[in-house]
Amino acid sequence: MNNFLKIQNLSVKVENKKIINDLNLDIKKGEVHAIMGPNGSGKSTLSNVLAGKSGYTIIEGSVDFCGEDLISLEPNERANKGIFLAFQYPVEIPGVTNINFIKTALDSNRKFRGLDPIKPGDFLKLVKEKSEILGIPEDRLKRQLNVGFSGGEKKRNEALQLMILNPLLAILDETDSGLDVDAFKIVADTINSTRSNDNSLLVITHYQRLLERIKPDIVHIFIDGSIVESGGPELAAEIENNGFERFANA
Amino acid sequence: MSDNQEKLSENDFKDPYEFGFETDIESDFAPKGLNEDVIRFISNKKNEPSWLLDWRLDAYKRWLTMTEPDWSSVRYPSIDYQDSYYYSAPKDSEKLESLDDVDPKLLETYNKLGIPLKEQEWLAGVAVDAVFDSVSVGTTFKERLKEDGVIFCSFSEAVKDYPELIKKYLGSVVPTTDNYFSTLNSAVFSDGSFVYIPPGVRCPMELSTYFRINAAGTGQFERTLVIADKDSYVSYLEGCTAPMRDEHQLHAAVVELVALEGAEIKYSTVQNWYPGDENGKGGVYNFVTKRGDCRGDNSKISWTQVETGSAITWKYPSCILRGNNSSGEFYSIAVSNNYQQVDSGTKMIHLGNNTSSRIISKGISTGNSSNTYRGLVSVHPKSKNSRNFTQCDSLLLTDSCSANTIPYIESKNYESIIEHEATSSKISEEQLFYCQQRGLDEEEAVSLIVNGFCKDVLQKLPMEFAVEAQKLLSVSLEGSVG
Repeated sequence: MNNFLKIQNLSVKVENKKIINDLNLDIKKGEVHAIMGPNGSGKSTLSNVLAGKSGYTIIEGSVDFCGEDLISLEPNERANKGIFLAFQYPVEIPGVTNINFIKTALDSNRKFRGLDPIKPGDFLKLVKEKSEILGIPEDRLKRQLNVGFSGGEKKRNEALQLMILNPLLAILDETDSGLDVDAFKIVADTINSTRSNDNSLLVITHYQRLLERIKPDIVHIFIDGSIVESGGPELAAEIENNGFERFANA
Repeated sequence: MSDNQEKLSENDFKDPYEFGFETDIESDFAPKGLNEDVIRFISNKKNEPSWLLDWRLDAYKRWLTMTEPDWSSVRYPSIDYQDSYYYSAPKDSEKLESLDDVDPKLLETYNKLGIPLKEQEWLAGVAVDAVFDSVSVGTTFKERLKEDGVIFCSFSEAVKDYPELIKKYLGSVVPTTDNYFSTLNSAVFSDGSFVYIPPGVRCPMELSTYFRINAAGTGQFERTLVIADKDSYVSYLEGCTAPMRDEHQLHAAVVELVALEGAEIKYSTVQNWYPGDENGKGGVYNFVTKRGDCRGDNSKISWTQVETGSAITWKYPSCILRGNNSSGEFYSIAVSNNYQQVDSGTKMIHLGNNTSSRIISKGISTGNSSNTYRGLVSVHPKSKNSRNFTQCDSLLLTDSCSANTIPYIESKNYESIIEHEATSSKISEEQLFYCQQRGLDEEEAVSLIVNGFCKDVLQKLPMEFAVEAQKLLSVSLEGSVG
């Protein structure tokens, strides 16, 4: 039962170009892992493959999530089984209010677990409480999903969904980009507060600054589609000072 | 990667058209085919006055000289007008005294459709007239409406009880000579609904008509006339369904609205006639003429339509903005799936001064369907300071469907302002994936995105029908992606 997320010898291509190359990664329950790597190293591909986006071909390898073959599941099944991706570029959905979207998502999740839709009163209370922590004003909940949101507002909104859906594994794809200093602190601290023995985090980032607030247990250096080195938080500090050069030439 | 091909999906079990049942009920038919005798038969069945029979016969003679229009984008094999029944009525319908006399099977049909006719069961406060095949089988809340002087009854009853109103207004908006299908309707119409709102009255409830084609090989030709007298207001909704059949059924209705000075009419349609199967077999041919006349100053007519059914939809609910300061609105959602063809839009004819019109059209196409918006905005030379705003958005779900926007704009007055905006877009992979990543399955995701796309129009529907329309949108789009 110790197996949570286990990626073994995974190779993935997009339109005949190999992006992920014999990747191995083992995340246990309650752990926080960080993946750091230069642009174009395949970090976002990894998060998309885990979430089940189409357009990626698995050449070989396996991904096991809580004892199940993750690759064979539809994206919504993965989501309902507890995988959450905080998008680097959240999409706009015109005409759909933010609050309605979040409720629809939560109810899909509840339905999957055999629960009735959440009562409107309970939902309102939950959303209000979480958005207050994240400093999201009420009127933004009534706006159309991500339509006309600034980069920072979008990221805060991803964090809000993360808190409400409370997944087993949250993948944060460059969640720190586009946030100003204050928003950065709030979002990072909020995500940090969701840590527990039951939840795991996979933080994908360029910079160490996020990892100063969300302290990872393990840091992986990701170059050309595979992990070239893993270590503790000190690895992140080294990247901050020296960049990826040492690893790129390795 | 995934084994979708082998997996049975929910759709394999689902009846794709929920209203496809047929009610086994005895019917009275007119002899098959169309000639003066059939028209006399219909008129006679209804004990109509001779002026109305003459009116029908004039229309028929006119119709014989007309040719079927071919300017629209819809294509279909030629219709044999002699191979259809022009009158079908559930047997014994003439004797009906009250709803208690209605055949229980009929009531059961309406219950299946979600329209409890019995007043005590009707909680929503909506008065309903139900038209089964060609005749009206019961109008609820008649007594309550009478207290306010509102007349809401079947067309046949109105001919008997309010002949002066019928004589004055029938054909005054859509003349018998108007077009091929409306002229055919004028000759053979069998029933429909009639509404009159007296001066200064705000109709206390939504008025609603449900149309149902049941008998095989039958055309349905209903006629609706709504008159809003000075400073009155009415909101009217019609819903339509039909059984699943292999052959095509013709539906050629005429709706006339008259808004006198300061009056407002809000007319909403949820059209869900049988659309045919996924190979384009069967389905209703829906050739409908709907027109409203803003006859008085400061009057307003608003059309809202949700069109999801029919093999062919050919309709252009229009407004004649005759009175000064009058305004017309057209809000439309048209969904086409499989082999459905939609050619729909509106005409806004600006005649009076300071008239305004607003058009919002949302077309959603999927499968192999085609979906055309066709609209006319015309400003008369004497119509000063008139304005129009038009927005036409198309959403395409598959590569094999098509969407067209054909706006005609005629402005003969340099003071008028006409704005037109059009967009067309494909549903994006990114949007679908985002929704799926949050736990929605593909169909739920499509439904959510489409409902968002249609929001501006859905908001215009009366509250209790907006929810129904949203569900209908989801059902119509089932199995449309992937």
